Amino acid sequence: MELFDILGPIMIGPSSSHTAGAARIGKISRILLGEKPVEAKVHLHGSFAETGIGHGTNLAIIGGLLGMNPDDLRIPFAFEEAEKEGLRFCFDTVELRDVHPNTAVLELTGEKGGHLTIQACSIGGGAIEVTALDGYEVSFTGNYNTLVIRNQDEFGTLAGVTTILSQFHINVGNMSLHRNKRGGDALMIIETDQHIKPSQVAFLGELPGIRAITYYDKEDEEYGFTLHR
Amino acid sequence: MDLRSIAEILEESRSTGLPFWEVILHYDMDERQVSREESMAKMLITWQAMQDAADAYTGTRRSVSGLVGGDGMRMRQYQLRGKSLCGGYVGDVMAEALSMAESNACMRRIVAAPTAGACGVLPAVLLPLTRYAELTQRQILEAFYVASGVGVVIARNAGISGAAGGCQAEIGTASAMAAAALVQLRGGTDQMIAHAVAIALANLMGLVCDPVAGLVEIPCVKRNVIGAMNAVSAADMALAGIESKIPVDEVIEAMGEVGRHMPVEYRETAQGGLANTPTGRAVKEKLLGSNSSAK
Ligand code: SF4
Repeated sequence: MELFDILGPIMIGPSSSHTAGAARIGKISRILLGEKPVEAKVHLHGSFAETGIGHGTNLAIIGGLLGMNPDDLRIPFAFEEAEKEGLRFCFDTVELRDVHPNTAVLELTGEKGGHLTIQACSIGGGAIEVTALDGYEVSFTGNYNTLVIRNQDEFGTLAGVTTILSQFHINVGNMSLHRNKRGGDALMIIETDQHIKPSQVAFLGELPGIRAITYYDKEDEEYGFTLHR
Repeated sequence: MDLRSIAEILEESRSTGLPFWEVILHYDMDERQVSREESMAKMLITWQAMQDAADAYTGTRRSVSGLVGGDGMRMRQYQLRGKSLCGGYVGDVMAEALSMAESNACMRRIVAAPTAGACGVLPAVLLPLTRYAELTQRQILEAFYVASGVGVVIARNAGISGAAGGCQAEIGTASAMAAAALVQLRGGTDQMIAHAVAIALANLMGLVCDPVAGLVEIPCVKRNVIGAMNAVSAADMALAGIESKIPVDEVIEAMGEVGRHMPVEYRETAQGGLANTPTGRAVKEKLLGSNSSAK
């Protein structure tokens, strides 16, 4: 446990789980979409649904989608900012099974037409976990640099990625593979200790079988991006 | 050095000759793999953010529910009229605790310490002290190390969330951290820091978490005041040489035990205590009504 988990985070109130965590969910969703969102359907579950409005959860999620960090002074005015930025949004409540009480599902459309459906929960103290991406069950926190790779589920793709990463001297902390059916589309989540340079991400994107690659940088969230083939 | 207990910090301090605060500084350097300068720079940013948060308070904003806002300013004006029973430093502590906790409820920028709900306690005892005593920035940072180290030990052994351990875990921990910071700033010994933490925690033990309508507003804003006042009295007792007869680490354990046995109604679920009063329930009904119309 870090000292600054106790003295911090510096955040817009009132709740680290319902406000700061919600802003982080919005922000990571924007990065994983890989482009500026123009439309967002947000579904709130459990405690987010019950006390979300009182905690500004809705404002925080929209603020995050606009690129705001949990300490951004514009969060209370996120709806006005959304109008300026051309982000259309709506909220409703859902009942999901077997999920954390502070869970949100976001259906996003980007300015270039990309889509992303993401499910994430706020697990306390401003920390979050992404639990589903486009129908794949996943689990990552955004506390590490994270590569989200969409690939053809074929022989050698995984080995190719890990080999290149080790050549770049990048240590894989966690990784997981998700697929719908054998030989179909697959999703790879790789969390790394080291920072990955844009040129290195682009190089990985050139590997055979890879359809898209999104990089989320924990230090410099602005730096996340997506490459499509 | 892993901050498992207060006793461990005291032992480390004795064996290395480092003061309490520096033991904690070394913990941060190890934990985050940063230099002494980097660690202190981050602590300074935290202190700056607290001061900025206090400066931003105007008393004009209301919370999303409309239930909270303006009381910090009310207290400040009353204090200025010179009628306050506490007066002086302690009167200012009350005003600051209300202001900061309100700022949190009204979506201003704050520093969670250890949680957002309890964010008013630590700044409430520190900010006024800078007006009543000559303090260097360095001294304040030292006090922050002491406070956050104490917070880590409590988080490890008992928990700091209302959902896990009731309000004693949130406001109680904030109060213990603030008491420790005060003893440090007044030049107390390591033993006095330990006693202040023990007294502060013991005196808020059993406090339930019962937020009306599940929002960090009622009773949270005013609970920051008792957390801060309790910290001041615990620090003064410890500095006077009064000891906690139960050693601090045992008090922390006991607080954890009380939290674990606390019925779920009193752990942030908004089903018991003030949340479950007729008025508390009516507030919730009204908000839920406006929630669905806002959809
Ligand atoms: S009552 Fe609950 S929500 Fe309010 S300050 Fe205490 S622990 Fe936090």
